[in-house]
Amino acid sequence: MPKRTDIKNILVIGAGPIIIGQACEFDYSGAQACKALREEGFRVILVNSNPATIMTDPEMATATYIEPLHWQTIARIIEQERPDALLPTMGGQTALNCALDLDREGVLEKFDVEMIGASKKAIDKAENRQRFRRAMAKIGLNMPRSEVVHNLEEASAAIATIGFPAIVRSSFTLGGTGSGIAYNRDEYMDICERGIAASPTHELLVEQSVLGWKEYEMEVVRDSKDNCIIICSIENLDPMGVHTGDSITVAPAQTLTDKEYQIMRNASIKVLREIGVDTGGSNVQFAVNPENGELIIIEMNPRVSRSSALASKATGFPIARIAAKLAVGYTLDELANEITGDIIPASFEPSLDYIVTKIPRFTFEKFTQADDRLTTQMKSVGEVMAMGRTFQESLQKAIRGMETGVTGLNEIVDATEDNLLETIERECRVPRAARLWYVADALRHGLSVDEVFNICRIDPWFLVQINDLVAEENTLKQAGPVALTKTRLRQLKRKGFADARLAELTGTSEVAIRQARINHNVRPVFKRVDSCAAEFESATAYLYSTYDAECEAAPSTRQKIMVLGGGPNRIGQGIEFDYCCVQAAFAMREAGYETIMVNCNPETVSTDYDISDRLYFEPLTLENVLDIIHIEKPQGVIVQYGGQTPLKLARDLEQAGVSIIGTSPDSIDLAEDRERFQKILAEIGLKQPPNRTARDVEQAVRGAAEIGYPLVVRPSYVLGGRAMEIIYNEADLRRYMDIAVHVSSALPVLLDRFLNSAIEVDVDAIADGKDVCIAGIMEHIEQAGVHSGDSACSLPPHSLSDEVQDKITHQVGALARALNVVGLMNTQFAIQNDDIYVLEVNPRASRTIPFVSKATGISIAKIAVNCMVGNSLVAQGMTHIPIPNYYCVKESVFPFIKFPGVDPLLGPEMKSTGEVMGVGKTFGAAFAKAQLAAGETFSRSGRAFISVRDTDKEKAVIVARELFALGYELCATHGTCEALTQAGIECEPVNKVREGQPHIVDMLKNDTIALIVNTTEDKKTVADSYSIRRTALQHKVFYTTTIAAAMATIAALKQRDSVVGVNSLQNLHKGMFT
Amino acid sequence: MENNALLALEDGLLFYGTSIGVAGEAVGEVVFNTAITGYQEILTDPSYYRQIVTLTHPHIGNTGTNFADEEANKVYISGLIIRDLSLTTSNWRADENLGDYLVRHNIVAIADIDTRQLTRHLRKHGVMRAGIVAGADIDAAQAIKAAKSFAGLVGMDLAKAVSTATPYPWTDGTCDLGGGIKNKHDKKTWRVIAYDFGVKRNILRILVDLGCEVRVVPAQTPASEILAEKPDGVFLSNGPGDPVSCDYAIDAIKEIIHAGLPVFGICLGYQLLALALGAKTIKMKFGHHGANHPVQSLLDKQVLISSQNHGFAVDEKTLPNCLTATHRSLFDGSLQGVQHKDKPVFGFQGHPEASPGPHDLQSLFKHFIALMRAHKT
Repeated sequence: MPKRTDIKNILVIGAGPIIIGQACEFDYSGAQACKALREEGFRVILVNSNPATIMTDPEMATATYIEPLHWQTIARIIEQERPDALLPTMGGQTALNCALDLDREGVLEKFDVEMIGASKKAIDKAENRQRFRRAMAKIGLNMPRSEVVHNLEEASAAIATIGFPAIVRSSFTLGGTGSGIAYNRDEYMDICERGIAASPTHELLVEQSVLGWKEYEMEVVRDSKDNCIIICSIENLDPMGVHTGDSITVAPAQTLTDKEYQIMRNASIKVLREIGVDTGGSNVQFAVNPENGELIIIEMNPRVSRSSALASKATGFPIARIAAKLAVGYTLDELANEITGDIIPASFEPSLDYIVTKIPRFTFEKFTQADDRLTTQMKSVGEVMAMGRTFQESLQKAIRGMETGVTGLNEIVDATEDNLLETIERECRVPRAARLWYVADALRHGLSVDEVFNICRIDPWFLVQINDLVAEENTLKQAGPVALTKTRLRQLKRKGFADARLAELTGTSEVAIRQARINHNVRPVFKRVDSCAAEFESATAYLYSTYDAECEAAPSTRQKIMVLGGGPNRIGQGIEFDYCCVQAAFAMREAGYETIMVNCNPETVSTDYDISDRLYFEPLTLENVLDIIHIEKPQGVIVQYGGQTPLKLARDLEQAGVSIIGTSPDSIDLAEDRERFQKILAEIGLKQPPNRTARDVEQAVRGAAEIGYPLVVRPSYVLGGRAMEIIYNEADLRRYMDIAVHVSSALPVLLDRFLNSAIEVDVDAIADGKDVCIAGIMEHIEQAGVHSGDSACSLPPHSLSDEVQDKITHQVGALARALNVVGLMNTQFAIQNDDIYVLEVNPRASRTIPFVSKATGISIAKIAVNCMVGNSLVAQGMTHIPIPNYYCVKESVFPFIKFPGVDPLLGPEMKSTGEVMGVGKTFGAAFAKAQLAAGETFSRSGRAFISVRDTDKEKAVIVARELFALGYELCATHGTCEALTQAGIECEPVNKVREGQPHIVDMLKNDTIALIVNTTEDKKTVADSYSIRRTALQHKVFYTTTIAAAMATIAALKQRDSVVGVNSLQNLHKGMFT
Repeated sequence: MENNALLALEDGLLFYGTSIGVAGEAVGEVVFNTAITGYQEILTDPSYYRQIVTLTHPHIGNTGTNFADEEANKVYISGLIIRDLSLTTSNWRADENLGDYLVRHNIVAIADIDTRQLTRHLRKHGVMRAGIVAGADIDAAQAIKAAKSFAGLVGMDLAKAVSTATPYPWTDGTCDLGGGIKNKHDKKTWRVIAYDFGVKRNILRILVDLGCEVRVVPAQTPASEILAEKPDGVFLSNGPGDPVSCDYAIDAIKEIIHAGLPVFGICLGYQLLALALGAKTIKMKFGHHGANHPVQSLLDKQVLISSQNHGFAVDEKTLPNCLTATHRSLFDGSLQGVQHKDKPVFGFQGHPEASPGPHDLQSLFKHFIALMRAHKT
């Protein structure tokens, strides 16, 4: 059936902010869907609250709404835009849930909107545990023994039949929130209690454990004519028990015979038919008993997913794009497989002649109190994918793409440790982020493959290969560098060993290994990902490196610009940088260059093969990047857009003779180097908070005494405020220097005087080496001390005077000129009593670039990259970027709910995973929108609880008065209560937890508190109030941990009625705010 | 990598690699197969007789080999070319690892070569003659000479060579993974005679599953013998070689069709059926060998993913009036299936029995049963 002509306008719902379990893979799928629908001539209306996405670029849809993903807001958009159809399958669980809400509330019926891509019935059948189980029984597929429970009594009864260990799954949640594995009754009841609270339907599934079984996924696409194709099979290296998002996975499946594979294929197709996925992509998960091949089905997702993004990148088959076209009536045979240059149709099954390995990336170091065991609730924040001609090669490439400091299967245990084998065994048995390395150590320290298998249940097919790598390492360690003959070098490179790892193993340098390789002409070739194992010619330059005979890179002789991407997502470096890289590729293509993208993150838009002219899916290491440059010889390489990942390579690339365009690596270094930077500031007469650099503990203590406490301390060269803390006294400083960081003279610790209650300001600017243009001045809501990535901010500033803003503009100009910036520059200031202090300058893309671009309607990243290739701001007509006549507020979104036991307190170390944007005519309205988009709901009445540190008591009076005026009853801890009562405010005292029951946490648990204002100072008050914040989080009570945020909240509460209006970006950018 | 094996193509392209089978020499036509799973089924498929197969998936041998996955009583390929022989065997059904299996079956095989380069070469230049030499002293000139010594497949009647010498009954059903092969001795409804031109066991197994009492006969069995047995239907199997050379089979098929019996042909059997009715066959550039080939049913436009293994094809332009095209490849538009307008006769170019490959076309076997049912009443 060809394209439907009865629909013209289609509403696409995005996935909202990046959270654990729902990351930028949905920007990839959503962007593909928008593009696919627009090229078919549909009018696309897009709603997504996340400004950091490519999909919310105004060019991607006809009307783009950066609005909260909440049914009432979307209802307004539907009323305004009158779409004929709604496509809910591109925005993850969030979009599906929104669509179900819209249906339930009658909005779809009222405005006659048809759901396409997945029907309500199908979504419900797939997501409702009981219905799914019935459906599977009907088609003869087994599921684990299980029971559905709705409360703790039922849970208690269910465990009698299920037995331990038991898997608990929460219904209608994403990334496995509220799920877990229970080994005993205490754990079980605890997980059940959390799970029931997390599930919107208060429903849990308790099921038989199939821990240790092999886990598989099938990515299936079906069209309206019942044509079904399998895009990719995925085998999890980590067996059942670890969420697939947290597992190392391999594609295609490696340990199934054809008979077993076809049983799984048939089952997958049967599942789609029975669930009723009429068009689009789905993911079906299976467990297989390694003893007898028994197959059971775990679950299915009737939408594109993280796995479908991975499968798309792994095969070159764009699942989301095809799914969008199927949703509007096409059938698979009517669509082309574009990667082969349209010579074959989309109705076929990709064949792979390489191995794909995906490794998740975790950030437990930021949540030290979190339980880092991997379970059925996803905990990773990003992932790396690598391709190689063998599993060993792809595994080792993926490992070095992770940027966690390892170069391969590095030793992780201390060989001198007393309980060495015990540690190894424990870490192999209980999966955590580093299990793979413990497995290697187990084999290294003499355990047999069988023994390791019995402990961890990782399939021997993988273990034997890991064992082989370990054996190679041992041989190499003994032989030293002389053993690296040409033949040996080639053999090791074919197994994926990094130059850096070979250097470590043989006691030489990476440079020496590289030189030896060049001398012996041991260089990688590049092969194409073509979806068909070379059966058809591929027109697409989607490439990966390997050590084999024939190179298919076929580089052109055009003028080319290479963009180095950001690698795996992590807290502090995520989608924002991918957005910038994609913008750079777009801009350079428009400017007539051939564009080359290098990245290894399968979730991203940048690794979509049609974003750039050529895509190298490779780890962002010096070795791999130089190998690509050797083949491509680009005129310029952009390192400033992908975050720290490419920046770390800048110096070495430059030394290797690579032309880095834009701001020079030396200037970037200048801004990072405390001492050099201070000289520049002094020269141009700008102020910094008093500060010192310390290379050891005593130097730190001395420095601190000179500048005075409190201090902000951090290691140099970090992103996302890693290990950054506010220190109030010498004892804490000594602890920090001893434990928190490993100081060295190469990487000193920076001490800054902490500016109390200062307002922090972020400025993004573009410079061309001559002129400087301010892109946006953002005023933070939270005061200095909260990491800029975690703080909400407002553009334009909501409280800064014009005079201060003018001064800031002037200072930014001076800094950009002094640092010879060509491209982007981000500056952070602290304003204290109208004094302006420079906190830091980063002459590169910042996290706020997409936000500023969405707010102003100007692609900042594109203009800057044009500056980098020599087009001046004047030539581009971009000497001035207008300030919007509305407010845009960016708010951060945190993963605390996923990490029980972690304090949700904000500080100098960044902890947010994503962001949302709210737009309003006033600051209050924009802030309210942003809070709604971030999933925060204020109770408009009830009891507000206030507990503040002494220094905030004065301001707490203002907060309390405002809250009282808004109609809240007030209660406070004794000290705060006294301050409020003295100021004449009616207030009820409440016990702190340590003052005995009934206390504030009891009240929270009884749901008698509507709102919390809680500020803290030193370690003790933080520890005291931890249970308040944690309980509030669990009970979904709105809380703020700074006075500034409390004031913003009050502004928002006053604007409660003005948040209903919705505005498309296209209208906003034309100055049409409604 | 020991460099103790060499693959030479007739055009002089050489690939040095590691021997993973027995020492010696193998010659044949080299073809590539893009199926990811099912190497054991491929090795034992008689249609590959006189062919050297390169598998495009780089890891081969992961699941070892087992008794139930054999498609014939021995390995039929002349030689095997792979990128990487699995370091270990991991599957609960495995009986033997692939290396030992190759040696036991006396197969010359080479690993550690750039199989993608070879595949691209074949795609560009078409299938060609090749030789593998493996052993202590390998010689490029000798290998090229060996490659050129191979006579090629055009005009070669190979069905005769791989066919059974004597008729035999077949009683096994399809493999039940948990319980092994089902040996079905229950009452059978349909008496089917299967011509063995190189038949794959899974075809026979599916027929048994569907209630057929199957008798397998040699390729050169005359039609009179078949007709004398008054079967409910005749099955024409897959097999190797050039169909036009099998004149004896073409003659027999003509008679059987004329007698009005239901006839179902797969692959070579389908080509012979088409030839018997007056169509012509052609040699393809590099053929179809894989498990991901989309085939469209021309009757209802349904797309089915099929297993394919053929180097010759029926030229659609030469189809006689009595035949209707039923299926077409969506890869290259080539003809994939025909049915007779008046008689209960049809055939399919791909492999509905799969093994290896998807099961999307297994309904064709049911169609055969339906034709027999209609014919009987």
